[in-house]
Amino acid sequence: MLTIHRDICGYCGCCVSVCPTGSLELIDAYLTVDDTCSSCGVCAKACPLGALEVIHENKV
Amino acid sequence: MKTKYDVLIVGAGPGGSIAARTAARSGLSVCLVEKRPAVGAPVRCAEGIGKEALQEFVEPDPRWISAEMDGAAVVAPDGTTMVLESRMAGGKVGYILDRKFFDRELAWQAADAGADIRVKTRASAPIMKDGRVTGAKLEYCGKVTNVTADIVIAADGVESKFAKWAGIDTTVPLREIMSGAQYVMTDIDIDPKKTIFYLGNEVAPEGYLWVFPKGERSANVGIGISGKKSGNGHRAKDYLDKFVKQHFPHGKTVEFVVGGVSVCRPLECTVADNMMLVGDAARVVDPLTGGGIYNAMFTGHLAAKTAVECIANGDTSKKALMAYDRAWRASPMGKTIERNYKVKEYLITQPDEKLNAIVNSVSELDLSEFSTFQLVKEILKKNPKLLLELKALADIMS
Repeated sequence: MLTIHRDICGYCGCCVSVCPTGSLELIDAYLTVDDTCSSCGVCAKACPLGALEVIHENKV
Repeated sequence: MKTKYDVLIVGAGPGGSIAARTAARSGLSVCLVEKRPAVGAPVRCAEGIGKEALQEFVEPDPRWISAEMDGAAVVAPDGTTMVLESRMAGGKVGYILDRKFFDRELAWQAADAGADIRVKTRASAPIMKDGRVTGAKLEYCGKVTNVTADIVIAADGVESKFAKWAGIDTTVPLREIMSGAQYVMTDIDIDPKKTIFYLGNEVAPEGYLWVFPKGERSANVGIGISGKKSGNGHRAKDYLDKFVKQHFPHGKTVEFVVGGVSVCRPLECTVADNMMLVGDAARVVDPLTGGGIYNAMFTGHLAAKTAVECIANGDTSKKALMAYDRAWRASPMGKTIERNYKVKEYLITQPDEKLNAIVNSVSELDLSEFSTFQLVKEILKKNPKLLLELKALADIMS
């Protein structure tokens, strides 16, 4: 699943623009992810800061 | 509080505010909503705009201009520099804005023209009727109000969601998002009158790094790289830190900016029944420069003018609003986007050696008009072989 590292996030919305399922939303300075997220990781790649991470359950 | 307007505009950046100003000046009732508590902040921009482009919409005012530019320089991967100037433009070619105050000024002008403005107010969902947008749910401090309008203008920027909810896919392909980071730095040695663009696959893969002066010893030092090239250990911030360490090791960072800029083609269609998209939300950023302020103001203005006409005619259907879509595509802005998209697609495939050769071919250029069009034309004149490599560039010369 997608983890948002809030201490790193610069709430810029770059990730929101590339999300193919429209699962991310930037509410002022707070990034949200809803249950339609497919953990594709596109957002994690695009993030200028590395604030997003897809953590696969079998690795936890 | 009013719950019915002629036009509801989502987002108070330059696109939304100019749309609101234009519509209100024409006598329409306008509601402009901004999800942030302050218009203009946080800044997510390198703040550069051409002199004439700016003046088309607002009289320059020192309160929101950080610096005036007399030229630009392009630095090749090998360090060779190409200097661009324009004596014909009277030496002044562009501005670096102070977006915090610029955006606020435009929203202020919209308010003065009669528009209602609601800050810290988020359009959280469209109100749909028979598949058509008829307004939006507006959230403010925990309260939801339904506001209806004949036309909704989605000016909600790079993270555009409104149009997506209403059925238009605004997703930017990963390879065509510029993942960006910028430091506003002070106490650095710069040429305070020139914007500098650094190219190279080591410096900024499929993008560029910029130094845009904000004062005698201050500048926006930033970078955009392709989302495709971004990843752990090699993100926009990593490249920027490397550059800053080399070039401005003693500089002081007074502000940190991050953001995404789309460099894809504009959306295939920027209208729907009762709805128009403008600016970054419509993906009308210049794909070569990443500049979006003028394009947002231009499309915002045009969308508002179209709204005025369509509301007067009592027809706000997609068919009627298509006049807006056709008009911006046929405009010099629309044509520049298409041309610069092709130039960008060519340049991002070039190895550093090629970029070196191009910059090496011209060390100084006095452009008759300070534009990417003139620049590309001059470069092609010096490098006619480039025309053979990509037929798309041939169109530029004709």
